[in-house]
Amino acid sequence: MESILTINNLTKKFGYLTAVKDLSFTINKGNVYGILGPNGSGKSTTLGIVLNVVNKTEGNFHWFDGNVSTHDALKKVGAIIERPNFYPYMTAQQNLKLVCRIKGVDQSKIDEKLEVVGLLDRKDHKFRTYSLGMKQRLAIASALLNDPEILILDEPTNGLDPQGIHQIRQIIKDIAQNGTTILLASHLLDEVEKVCSHVVVLRKGEKLYSGRVDEMISSHGFFELKAEKHDELISLLERHNSFGTIKVEDHIITAFLNEPMDAQTFNTLMFDKGIVLSHLVKRKESLEEQFLQLTDNN
Amino acid sequence: MLRLLQLELQKLLLNRASKVLIFISFILPFFVIILSSLRINFFGFFVLELGHYGLFNFPIVWHITTFFASQFKFFFAIVVVSMIGNEYSNKTIKQNLIDGLSKKEFILSKFYTIIFFSAVATFLIFIICLCIGLYYSSISEPHLIFRELEFLFAYFLKLVGFFSLCLFLGMLVKRSAFALAFLFVLFILEWIIYGIMAWKIDESTADKIQNFFPLKSMYKLIDQPFQRIAISKAPNGQDFLYDFAVHWYEIAIVMGWTALFIFLSYRLLKKRDL
Repeated sequence: MESILTINNLTKKFGYLTAVKDLSFTINKGNVYGILGPNGSGKSTTLGIVLNVVNKTEGNFHWFDGNVSTHDALKKVGAIIERPNFYPYMTAQQNLKLVCRIKGVDQSKIDEKLEVVGLLDRKDHKFRTYSLGMKQRLAIASALLNDPEILILDEPTNGLDPQGIHQIRQIIKDIAQNGTTILLASHLLDEVEKVCSHVVVLRKGEKLYSGRVDEMISSHGFFELKAEKHDELISLLERHNSFGTIKVEDHIITAFLNEPMDAQTFNTLMFDKGIVLSHLVKRKESLEEQFLQLTDNN
Repeated sequence: MLRLLQLELQKLLLNRASKVLIFISFILPFFVIILSSLRINFFGFFVLELGHYGLFNFPIVWHITTFFASQFKFFFAIVVVSMIGNEYSNKTIKQNLIDGLSKKEFILSKFYTIIFFSAVATFLIFIICLCIGLYYSSISEPHLIFRELEFLFAYFLKLVGFFSLCLFLGMLVKRSAFALAFLFVLFILEWIIYGIMAWKIDESTADKIQNFFPLKSMYKLIDQPFQRIAISKAPNGQDFLYDFAVHWYEIAIVMGWTALFIFLSYRLLKKRDL
């Protein structure tokens, strides 16, 4: 697979504080990546380093095949970090014109991209008159101007109202569907879960996990069960090899699987043993549960 | 180069405050020079006509106008300082870099703008001097008219040097107001050091050393013209004789400072985490 960004043993120290510690991962073309981590885990610092605004202490990174300088590579990247930064006294169109000049792309795309984020009718208004949601959407339009190979978003929905969050997510999904590689840093787990196929989990600057979202924890999921013959069910589960931990909460039994088993097989098995279930749900841990498990245990 | 200049000009000219300041820094000197070249009648008591005293004759006109025009450089200095301060306060410097501008290009775009505006200012001064000079002086041979044109070059260099200092101070403290305050502090500091040297060593050595200081060296490029005017007027003017020429070493010192300021601005940006 074609790699877009490769990071090797990257370290950043701010005085005594190590913000990023020996971090390595690779971003491949076509996937949607999430960088997850609590506040202060080094997400923004890592992005800052690869985006040429923070100096690394040790290690290295390279864009694409490694033959272009960072600032030239960034012309093929679209990125928004933290807050939308534009010249308040310029209109949306003028701001985008400036970005076109920096990236060295044609100005014909400005209207098209403003249309994508729904700001075309406000293009002649000054940036300072925009609401936060509009500013954030303008930032996305600006990042899309060069039809980037990869779009980097750092907390894109931070501080927005529900409508704004929904709009931004919809835009991100649309972009992802077009095959653009996306790197999304966030501490909002459902956001990452909804959009990303791969994750990198950070804590205190260290990588805890990187890989597919659904393989984050080697687990086969669990059943939530309820039956008239409560005690009989429990003893049956305890004796069965396929099940590990059994938990009971509010008469609902949670049985964790040691090996794959689908709900139909389980239901048939129970019926054969003469237990009729009144409640059967098979679930996997949500990203939130997995994330908490990862960040707590280590 | 054109791309970088275009970038910076767009940033400046769409900003109303800097547009006004740029306009003032260009227009005000001419206004003053043109006004002073007119006949001013003080309610019939007396008529002030500076042209009458030979102030606008070639070649002294080059000296006088560049000297006075350079006092107005402060307005554009505010523009230079605020063009850095704004980038920091709007965080657009960060966005510029993320969008693919290199740190070197960022400093260069500012420096090219400084050169551009200094060149425009120099050109305008050249035109206005030529007009006033031709009007007042009876000299019409080109080689006499264009004598002492080095003052124009000195004027250009003085502007570039001074604005580079402002650029550096802007990069150093990131805030426009503080950078201007720093400029003032530097001015006072130079005189304090001069005072200490004059007191501890002796005045002529102190003078020589002071000529290497950034602000003083820029000032020294175009010496004050008052004494020169006095010489041309007084019967025994030779008593006031002094060296007012633009010397190569004065040029070299200012060029050295300019290069240093631009280099330091770049180093500062390179080392800094934004």
